[in-house]
Amino acid sequence: MESIKDKVAIIGMGCTKFGERWSSGLDDLAIEAAYEAYEDAGIAPKDIQACWFGTVTAPATGIGGTHACNSLKLRIPMTRVENWCITGHEALRNACFGVASGMYDVVLALGVEKLKDTGFPGLGTGRGMGPVLEARRTSPGSFSLIATRYFYTYNLSPEEGKKTIGKIAVKNHNNGSMHPKAHFRNKITLEQVMNAPIIAWPLGLFDCCGNSDGAAAAILVPASQAKKFRSDPVYIKGLGQSFDPLLPHARPNFDWVNWDALQNSSRQAYEQAGIKNPREELDIAEVHDCFTITELAIYENFGFSAKGKAKEDIDAGFFELTGGLPVNADGGLKCFGHPVGASGLRMTYEVYKQIQGKAQLPERQLKDVRLGLSHTFGGPPQVSAVAILGRELDKSKDKYR
Amino acid sequence: MSGIISYGAYVPIWRLNRDAIGAAWGRASFGGERSVANNDEDTVTMAVEAVLDCLSGIDRNSIDGLYFASTTAPFKEKQCASMVAAASDLRPDIITMDFGNSLRAGTSALRAALDAVNSGSAENVIVVAADCRLAYPRSDYEQHFGDATAALLVSKKGKAIANVKASQTISNEMYDLWRLDKDTFVQSWEDRFIIEHGYTENMSKAITGLMKKQNLTPASIAKAVLYAPNARTQQQLARQLGFDPKTQLQDLLAANLGVCGCAHTLLLLVAALEEAKGGDNLIASSYGDGSDAFLIEVTAEVDKVKEGRRGVKGFLASKLALPTYERYLSYRGILEPQPGEAFRLFPSASVSWRERNWSLRFHGSKCKSCGLVTFPIQRICYQCQSKDDFEEVRLSDKKGKVYTFSLDNLAGRSDDPVIPQMVIESDLEKARIYSIMTDCDPKLIKIGMPVEMTFRRIYEGGGMYNYFWKCRPVR
Repeated sequence: MESIKDKVAIIGMGCTKFGERWSSGLDDLAIEAAYEAYEDAGIAPKDIQACWFGTVTAPATGIGGTHACNSLKLRIPMTRVENWCITGHEALRNACFGVASGMYDVVLALGVEKLKDTGFPGLGTGRGMGPVLEARRTSPGSFSLIATRYFYTYNLSPEEGKKTIGKIAVKNHNNGSMHPKAHFRNKITLEQVMNAPIIAWPLGLFDCCGNSDGAAAAILVPASQAKKFRSDPVYIKGLGQSFDPLLPHARPNFDWVNWDALQNSSRQAYEQAGIKNPREELDIAEVHDCFTITELAIYENFGFSAKGKAKEDIDAGFFELTGGLPVNADGGLKCFGHPVGASGLRMTYEVYKQIQGKAQLPERQLKDVRLGLSHTFGGPPQVSAVAILGRELDKSKDKYR
Repeated sequence: MSGIISYGAYVPIWRLNRDAIGAAWGRASFGGERSVANNDEDTVTMAVEAVLDCLSGIDRNSIDGLYFASTTAPFKEKQCASMVAAASDLRPDIITMDFGNSLRAGTSALRAALDAVNSGSAENVIVVAADCRLAYPRSDYEQHFGDATAALLVSKKGKAIANVKASQTISNEMYDLWRLDKDTFVQSWEDRFIIEHGYTENMSKAITGLMKKQNLTPASIAKAVLYAPNARTQQQLARQLGFDPKTQLQDLLAANLGVCGCAHTLLLLVAALEEAKGGDNLIASSYGDGSDAFLIEVTAEVDKVKEGRRGVKGFLASKLALPTYERYLSYRGILEPQPGEAFRLFPSASVSWRERNWSLRFHGSKCKSCGLVTFPIQRICYQCQSKDDFEEVRLSDKKGKVYTFSLDNLAGRSDDPVIPQMVIESDLEKARIYSIMTDCDPKLIKIGMPVEMTFRRIYEGGGMYNYFWKCRPVR
């Protein structure tokens, strides 16, 4: 099995403003993201040879690649992908394979989601779930199961536990306040988090990500050709993806702390990228903070924090912009919401911009970003996707494991 | 001679103080409280509860028939008995029948079951009667009615706890209480007419006829188990028949339960058996379009059945107060709840049919290779990957403990604003079960709390009522 490392480069990316885009439809969002990516890459639509298009579910989604084709007028091989919350990453991942196989030289990966046409705030109930077994199951209702058990396992009182994850919300809102494309740009205090209405106990309003519209896109080429397009391409270093069988609710002996899908997907990507110590080697991580407790679980399952010790790192500010490993520097899902098909590519957009030193405002630009990670996590049953991006090609001989 | 070999009962956990009904309408309260079925309950789910109570300690494969009686069946066309039998995990090669349309349906089913075992067409038949009748808001009946279920297991060969020695039926045609095919609420004629010429006349005919045939005097009867629309009418009839209401009359349970339609006579009989001793003679009599009266002789075996059954006494003692009258209206569908987000995955009759062994019978799979128990049934073992090498195991009768939980407001609707989402670890091989908790005070839920499973109506969709299991704190 070969590694994907240094075979594919990103030469252009686009990302819409995320938010309640009442006057924009799915087509408008696709156009906005794709045309920014074309411009960033310095290419024309006719240069695109294939497209992988990710979207999950919205009233007007239609089926197949119809929406992307109709809106962008591309007359090329086009593949629709859908894989829960990792859909944006799946568009990226499969587009990478299209390039790495040698089949195509210029490929568009596009992720779009129009959530605000559902008439319901929140990711809601009854989407792709068993009619009786999962009736009334919601995303916050499921993810809060993680929080309840985590607090119990590590002996945190509900108040201590809520404060710990509440600090993640405060951090991400602080980061998002500086991002012009974020849906929510308000700074919040821990007191606000603690006093917010409960959505699904123990998770309150600020523990949950928003419900937003958005789209993001990437243009991929073989790594060997990247410099023809621009001086600062960003290289794919690793792609991990893993599923867990069975609803975690039904999984025998599952401890609700160790998530195989998280551990397997990150390990695959680390191995491909040659990362031994992610906490030290990564300069930025954009991870799936659909709920604050999810981000905490990711710290411990990705090797950013030791098991049961995320609280210490959170209290020390390790994941803040000025910390050892900034996580969700753009504000994350907390501030961008989770337009499902777009999120993986939106996170990758942040890593791409930070590596290039082109974060929109100087106050949010991190210093000397060489290696970054983007990640989405969904289901259930759990599915997790990790992409690792780097600034330079590895010149060493043993670059393939 | 056929006999009753076991009994069971079920009373929903929710009780509405009658003062709340009175206050809502600015009129007098009749005092006490009535039972109210939860918004996820109907007569099918309530019947399953009483059947399981009745069958505790009894091999379910020994049951040859299930007769379901109700005037408030959830279906006009589709049998309830077959669903109750499936959820109760009974054999498929059994006789199932529905009885309805009359307050006498419960005792009609009992009579039919006795005839079936006497004739030899079945050995063990379980009779279950359930009702959730709706009275017009503000009416007297709204305060009088309650919701409950009773079950009796009738057998020719088993050790009888009570033998049915004789019976007398009267058929009577009149409009006293009725519902047209399109009616939601019970209609009635003037009380004085229906009590004099309906209730009293027909009950008296059945009971005196029975006693005369058997040469019995009122003094030889330990307990008269008399259905009645209210306690005063019951006591008047008892006196008229020569019974002492203080010592010989089974309490109507009007004060703390309400009168529960066609289930009520059987429910009172269960309550009487809970207190009876060997050698007692009981008269049990129902009313509705006439009357069924039975002479029942209790045996010493009755003491053996008293343990291990919750019965009327157990379920009456286990209760939660319904906070408001409006909540009652909402639970019973009189007030339409504010809808949540629409379901987008429609129920499918063929999917439900394929999944019936786990969705209705609540079977999990136990791997024959490594022993892992998983719910729902898995063809390939989660642990050892062995394929199609499992046996089905029943999880509905196993208790469990809360492993983790959340209190979900987003999933809530106006009639159940907080949905407690649970992961349960079953006492059977620690199988994990995803479950909503019902019949609880969400504030009291914690990890490790003991729970039991309960069959419920999950929601209406696709033109169908869709049923599944939930959990509840052990009652």
